[in-house]
Amino acid sequence: MRLALERRAERSIAMALVSPLIAVALTLATGALLFALLGKPPVEALKIYFFEPLTDPWALQEIAVKATPLVLIAVGLSLCYLANVWNIGAEGQFLIGAITGGWLAVATHGTGAGYWVLPAMLVLGALGGAAYALVPAVFRVRFGASEILTSLMLVYVAELLLDYLVRGPWRDPKGFNFPTTAEFDAVAAMPTLIEGSRLHLGAIIALLVVAWATVMLGRTLKGFEIKLVGAAPRAARFGGFSDKWLTVVTFLISGALAGLAGVIEVSATVNHLQPNISPGYGFTAIIVAFLGRLNPAGILVAALFLALTFIGGESAQISLKVPLDLTKVFQGILLFYVLACDTLILYRFRLLPAPKAVHGIR
Amino acid sequence: MEFVEAVLLTVITASTPLLLAASGELVVERAGVLNLGVEGMMIVGGACGFAGAYLTGSIAIGALCGILAGAALSAVFAAVTLGLAANQVASGLALTILGVGLSGLIGAGYVGQKIDGAGHLYIPYVTDIPLIGKVIFGENAFVYFSIALLIGIWYFLYRTRAGLILRAVGDNHASAHALGYPVLRIRMLAVLFGGACAGLGGAYLPLAYTPFWVSGMTAGRGWIALALVVFASWLPFRLMVGAYLFGGITILQLHAQATGLGIPSQLMSSLPYLATILVLVAISWVRGRRGSPAPASLGLAFVPDR
Amino acid sequence: MADAALAIASAPDKPVQPDELPLLEAVGVTKLYGHFVANDSIDLEIWPAEVHALLGENGAGKSTLVKMIYGLLQRSAGEFRWQGEPIELPGPAAARAHGIGMVFQHFSLFEQLTVAENVALGLDNVPLAGLDERVAEVSRNYGLPLDPKREVWRLSVGERQRIEIVRCLLQDPKLLILDEPTSVLTPQEAEQLFRTLRVLRKEGRAILYISHKLEEVRALCDTATILRGGKVIATCDPRAETAQSLASMMVGGEVGAVRSDGQKKLGNPRLVVRNLNVTPDDPHGVKLDGITFELAAGEILGLAGVAGNGQDELFAALSGEVLADNADVIRIDNRDAGRMSITERRRLGAAFVPEERLGHATAPRFKLSDNVLITGHAASPMVRRGFINRAQARAFVDRITKAYDVRKAKRDPEAASLSGGNLQKFVVGREILREPRLLIVSQPTWGVDAGAAAAIRQAIIDLAARGAAVLVMSQDLDELYEIADRLVVICAGRLSAPRQTRRADRGEIGMLMAGVGMKGAGHAARA
Repeated sequence: MRLALERRAERSIAMALVSPLIAVALTLATGALLFALLGKPPVEALKIYFFEPLTDPWALQEIAVKATPLVLIAVGLSLCYLANVWNIGAEGQFLIGAITGGWLAVATHGTGAGYWVLPAMLVLGALGGAAYALVPAVFRVRFGASEILTSLMLVYVAELLLDYLVRGPWRDPKGFNFPTTAEFDAVAAMPTLIEGSRLHLGAIIALLVVAWATVMLGRTLKGFEIKLVGAAPRAARFGGFSDKWLTVVTFLISGALAGLAGVIEVSATVNHLQPNISPGYGFTAIIVAFLGRLNPAGILVAALFLALTFIGGESAQISLKVPLDLTKVFQGILLFYVLACDTLILYRFRLLPAPKAVHGIR
Repeated sequence: MEFVEAVLLTVITASTPLLLAASGELVVERAGVLNLGVEGMMIVGGACGFAGAYLTGSIAIGALCGILAGAALSAVFAAVTLGLAANQVASGLALTILGVGLSGLIGAGYVGQKIDGAGHLYIPYVTDIPLIGKVIFGENAFVYFSIALLIGIWYFLYRTRAGLILRAVGDNHASAHALGYPVLRIRMLAVLFGGACAGLGGAYLPLAYTPFWVSGMTAGRGWIALALVVFASWLPFRLMVGAYLFGGITILQLHAQATGLGIPSQLMSSLPYLATILVLVAISWVRGRRGSPAPASLGLAFVPDR
Repeated sequence: MADAALAIASAPDKPVQPDELPLLEAVGVTKLYGHFVANDSIDLEIWPAEVHALLGENGAGKSTLVKMIYGLLQRSAGEFRWQGEPIELPGPAAARAHGIGMVFQHFSLFEQLTVAENVALGLDNVPLAGLDERVAEVSRNYGLPLDPKREVWRLSVGERQRIEIVRCLLQDPKLLILDEPTSVLTPQEAEQLFRTLRVLRKEGRAILYISHKLEEVRALCDTATILRGGKVIATCDPRAETAQSLASMMVGGEVGAVRSDGQKKLGNPRLVVRNLNVTPDDPHGVKLDGITFELAAGEILGLAGVAGNGQDELFAALSGEVLADNADVIRIDNRDAGRMSITERRRLGAAFVPEERLGHATAPRFKLSDNVLITGHAASPMVRRGFINRAQARAFVDRITKAYDVRKAKRDPEAASLSGGNLQKFVVGREILREPRLLIVSQPTWGVDAGAAAAIRQAIIDLAARGAAVLVMSQDLDELYEIADRLVVICAGRLSAPRQTRRADRGEIGMLMAGVGMKGAGHAARA
């Protein structure tokens, strides 16, 4: 007997809902195994990692704060991936958004500029991210260069650019030689939602983006076009849709959203520019997009779960003395399981008898 | 003269990990599989390679650990993309994320440790020939192995029946299946080979390039290796040209930084990445209408009907 | 000539003993896919030196059966016997080891590899060295000329089939399976193939010949086994039957003829193509060279030709998937349309049905209500101000279903879950129900059962009767003779002058398909 895949006549709706849950469960099981290998009590460790943050109000807020950039980036990426456009450089677009938006905060620092600064920063951040995403898009459409590799390479370039700026021209002269800009003025800071909390207006923006994407994908011709180009490019051309133009559009949208996430992140939580402003949001958002099954509402839930792994990873680092890299391991495993479980939507498993054993019909 | 020799030496040293990883990926892609996880396999290979060498004191055992680690990681990729027909692009990314995390876990205990790096060949008199002596007869074993590997791959692909079958699988998996070739098994072997090569390429870094382990030390070399395969049009010997070209750029920026020409070091450091983009754009542009010489089944999942 | 083949024979098996035991026997062979019975207790005997036809409509189970014989599929029950002995066929290698060779309908060739490499891949354990010479020798001996060093993507369809045949012959097969071999050949090429097959029969080889072309089977085959719905309906001598009697066995009842209202009145030219030249993006594509024709309202123009002679490129240029260099080379209803997008052309009242049902005409994993949007989004109430009206889309699916009897498991399934015939009815219905003034349709009944094919042809004729202009591209000459008012032939990207169908001679059309007698011919003949 052996297992074989068999194509389903129709995609299974039940599996589409259940498969991310199976993936999470399998990740937890693998996590327990991993903790045991590291010599930590598995159940205890899983509790610290995945459940304790949920019982702590501060940690819950922090989860929402960390989920905000993930949602913004992942919604944009999901549009790309639905259209079969492989933008994997969201991390770079995030950093450029932080740089272009942050530039205004640096430039207006101490000038007593009014409340227009923050909105203008958000616009600049989105524009910066979009412009940076345009580069791989144009290279793809005009020259046929793989957007996977070019968008990824640009992440390294963006990191080095940020590093250069905060060590060089934008460094705070009063900053004791630390690689950081001056603290942003109050007009450049994202307002918090509740006094004294870290939960900020960015969360509301993220929810609005989810709502917009839900309507756009589900109800409009543009959403239909995105899904059609990705699923059946030849049929899309036959329908009169241009895959090249759509490549540019989806790159622009996802770049803008990643850039927006970048400027929101620096104006809300970091409040200045420094080399490490992202714990890898741009890459984690890829996992969020797939765990959310490229669906905006799904992405919202998935982002909260992956934000939990960030928070859980930090507390596990302190109380269990496990390296922070464990979070990345979990994230990688999770993505593998998600992709593996997605197979169940299109295929079912069938036990095949070994060819020789067959002589009658069951 | 001595400067030229030094540059040639460092170029070859810097190119070898790229060549090793890209050679493996070339075979994988020729079989029709796109494994974007080269960076992840390299860095795990690096961490395991260093751990192995540090614990045993043997560079050879370290290299073997790197090979096994890369192959083991690629087995996960093979299971998901071949066994379960999952999307290869996304699975490759997952492999990279997983690999980077794992390398941090494995390498955590070895940060700050040092080993004796791989030794160099020395043949009395011959190696002492000025200019070319050290370049040709004074390299470490990895360098010679990487060149032998490439020749071996060329021979395999174009002179053996197994290599022909592998190319056929990459060209048209449905036809290969119809003729009775085990498409998935051939692809799995190719992926494992690619993983082993990437692992070795990664292990090269802490074993021969800089004799210590730093987290994230592959610094995008896996991605550059992927770009090299495109640059090489999936032809083995053009891969060598590409790898040495990129090694050259790496060395150029190191030398330029050392001279302190007043160019920001970050700009110099970004040269290899910018060069990769430039090369990809240029090569795609030049091919233009003639179309890509990529294997026709590259990146497509295959599920045999029964 | 068999010397070359014998030189590479796998192993000297026991000699064939004619007239004592069948070469291959299928006893109660059954193939299940879940609950679907693709082959139901098939009994079949193939004797040495026999050309045995396997007749049946698409979906009758012919392909399933031969794939089991060639080891590509595994049976669910029953037994195969080879010269009386039960055998297992776990894979094609096992089949080849017994002496079974197969030429596929869709060639199992590798575009980027050379002819010799392709041949080598079809042989087991043959050294690569010296293969070039042997390929050249065998192909010469059997009258199947091939250059071993050429890459396959440079070859014509006919040449590709020769590779498959040479590949089989090099294994010295006792049984050669050919799956619809003439569907890609000109009548003259088919005749050449039959000569080769008769030589092979004379050598004592058995041939299993799969077809749905009755005249061909009657001319070539000694025995015919007829399949319908996965079952053996009859085994007979096709030479003793009429085409009509074979057809009724295949279809299970009389085939309704399509009716057309005799005399037609043609209106103004609706589509005018003047000197259309297109160089394809795809280096493997065919260059369109000075295509010129007119199509009047109420007329059905049939475009004949062997596959791969520019039909795909012409379809793309007429539909607007590929734009012409000048706007005035294509005129739709007196408007320059050469630079218009497919959407703009649809707004002018044009509709298109491409050859490929899944992936081109429809998105396989999309629901039918999404698939109606692909061609309907430009000019219909299904989309308003960028928003989709799902209820309207579903209602349109219902209209198609009703008008064209589309059978499906539920109201709005995915396109891929429909059978070929039903999906084709959906695709054709989707366009015709929009009442287009111009319809361009490629291979309207390819791979469709006879009932659905008749329905589709009738729908096309009725549309033309209502005043639409219709261009039908088909490789099925019978189909074109049945429905077209005039015929043109495409070969190597050039178009012949039109002929009245009633006065067009089949032999002459066949010559044109092979490029003989085309204007500026000579080098035009590729196949």
